[in-house]
Amino acid sequence: MNGNIKDISFKEFTNTVRGDILKMIHGAKSGHPGGSLSCVEILSVLYTKILNVPVEWKKSSDFNKRDRFILSKGHASACLYSVLARLGFFNPEELMTFRKFGSRLQGHPSTRYGLEGIEASTGSLGQGLSMASGVALGLKLDKNPAKVYVLMGDGEMQEGSVWEALMAISHRKLDNIVVIVDRNNLQIDGSCDDVKSLGCLDKKLEAFGFEVQTVDGHSEDELTKALSTAKASNKPFAIIANTIKGKGISFMENNAGWHGKAPKDAELEAAMEEIK
Amino acid sequence: MIINSSFLKTDGEVKSPRSAYGETLVELGEKNKNIVVLDADLSCSTQTCMFHKKFPERFFNSGIAEQDMMTTAAGLALAGKIPFVSTFAMFATARCLDQIRNSICYPKLNVKIVATHGGITVGEDGASHQALEDVSFMRSIPGMTVIIPSDYYEVKEAVRYAANTDGPFYIRVSRTNLKTVFDESNYKFDPKNAVKITDGKDVTVVTNGETLIEAINAAKMLEADGISAEILHTPQIKPFFAADDLVQSAKKTGKVVTVENHSIIGGIGSVVCETLSEKHPTPVLRIGTNDVFGQSGEQRVLMEQYGLTSEKLYEKIKAFLKK
Repeated sequence: MNGNIKDISFKEFTNTVRGDILKMIHGAKSGHPGGSLSCVEILSVLYTKILNVPVEWKKSSDFNKRDRFILSKGHASACLYSVLARLGFFNPEELMTFRKFGSRLQGHPSTRYGLEGIEASTGSLGQGLSMASGVALGLKLDKNPAKVYVLMGDGEMQEGSVWEALMAISHRKLDNIVVIVDRNNLQIDGSCDDVKSLGCLDKKLEAFGFEVQTVDGHSEDELTKALSTAKASNKPFAIIANTIKGKGISFMENNAGWHGKAPKDAELEAAMEEIK
Repeated sequence: MIINSSFLKTDGEVKSPRSAYGETLVELGEKNKNIVVLDADLSCSTQTCMFHKKFPERFFNSGIAEQDMMTTAAGLALAGKIPFVSTFAMFATARCLDQIRNSICYPKLNVKIVATHGGITVGEDGASHQALEDVSFMRSIPGMTVIIPSDYYEVKEAVRYAANTDGPFYIRVSRTNLKTVFDESNYKFDPKNAVKITDGKDVTVVTNGETLIEAINAAKMLEADGISAEILHTPQIKPFFAADDLVQSAKKTGKVVTVENHSIIGGIGSVVCETLSEKHPTPVLRIGTNDVFGQSGEQRVLMEQYGLTSEKLYEKIKAFLKK
């Protein structure tokens, strides 16, 4: 992708991000393609249409007013890094340092290295939502109208601390939080239903006091509508985004084996053909 | 016995270190609106209820959910607040160790964990509530500052110091109401040096927390037998800035004893052994709980059973010096 984001289609943008993800993970010989590919549309819609975040980052006079995004499923870092770089937060040339010694693009996002666009250090699952809850409380104390968006994995919902956080958010009526669940239905050891079923996730979230919408997590329109509704909502809001793990690459789709494996040379070549 | 009387009280009164914490939170909250406080359903025990009463909008009760509380504190720090997080030492450390490591210390967030009920003196509640490893857990995390104050006034000083110093802190407060050691008007908390309580030449005793008063009383008993003990009080054990003071004292006395209301693994005993083995190898006796769980009992009974009263310290130090 060259030039301004405004000059290209959403599809071109997401194809560029998918290409980055594959090349970065191939270059690092490690990483998480499945769960990075499943949230490409979610992050692309968020960053191009919903979030109010200045690409100048801390240099912007509006920095304090920015919406906050926390990638609770930190293993999808490749997707976040690509989206940020392609939107101008930092130079896309830096993407290929991903996971290498001395890189600002750590395996899981870290605030220690000053990478523009990174709000929080994540990676150990089940913590991003509580963190979002603290940020949301802080914003409210400061009467700052910004919102906090947090992307969870569905496997991550098995962590008990997630339910502690949901209870707290609802109890404190934190209407400035939007939770998005990347519901790709797979985790390292297989399908979430086989490993430990989440059951009726929408009903569980509703019972915890959230307004819930379920959408096709690869549909630009559905994501945009739901996120716009969430942005205007005066209740804690959760979006269940049904997705396909490994989305866009036929041999990676719906295959738990691609959770945390790098493509080999020939696989990268075949994958890049599919998103040309 | 030469006591450094300039900053010590000769006739201290019994005061609650937990109240010191609650009172200091209110004092800090009045000065700085960014101070926020979190607790996990133990606010009357930790005394954060004082802050709750005064500043209800800045107090957040997580309910019985320490993992959520700790990471919510991380989020509040991300948003520019200075969160003080409290519950019992048992639940403030082990229960949410991953959250403290990954969500607070790794991103170097300005979160102050002040845990009460550290040590065997939790008493009747027994082993499930007696944190004997908390200091060890906290000391092993990069970037965590660990302070174990010894009385009412030192708790106040340590809490103020933490509020004014950026980064994650762990302050361990005892349940026990303790006789005050320091003179409020003359004692200033200084993490840079060991606090020399007594000058001595026969043995160095390094301690902190609620065992300081026991060590002072033990030194008085030793003195009657003609043994002069040099007591070094080191409230901040990480980062440990008192290494030079310790080495200097060890060079003089040739024998060192550590005393703590904590396991002998990972606390001040370990700090002293690590420091001396690198800089000036010296025989060390570590006194603390000896890699065991506690049990129910009255505070003084437990202190005696686990060898932490002044009488027990006196006996152990005498035996150590005979070797």
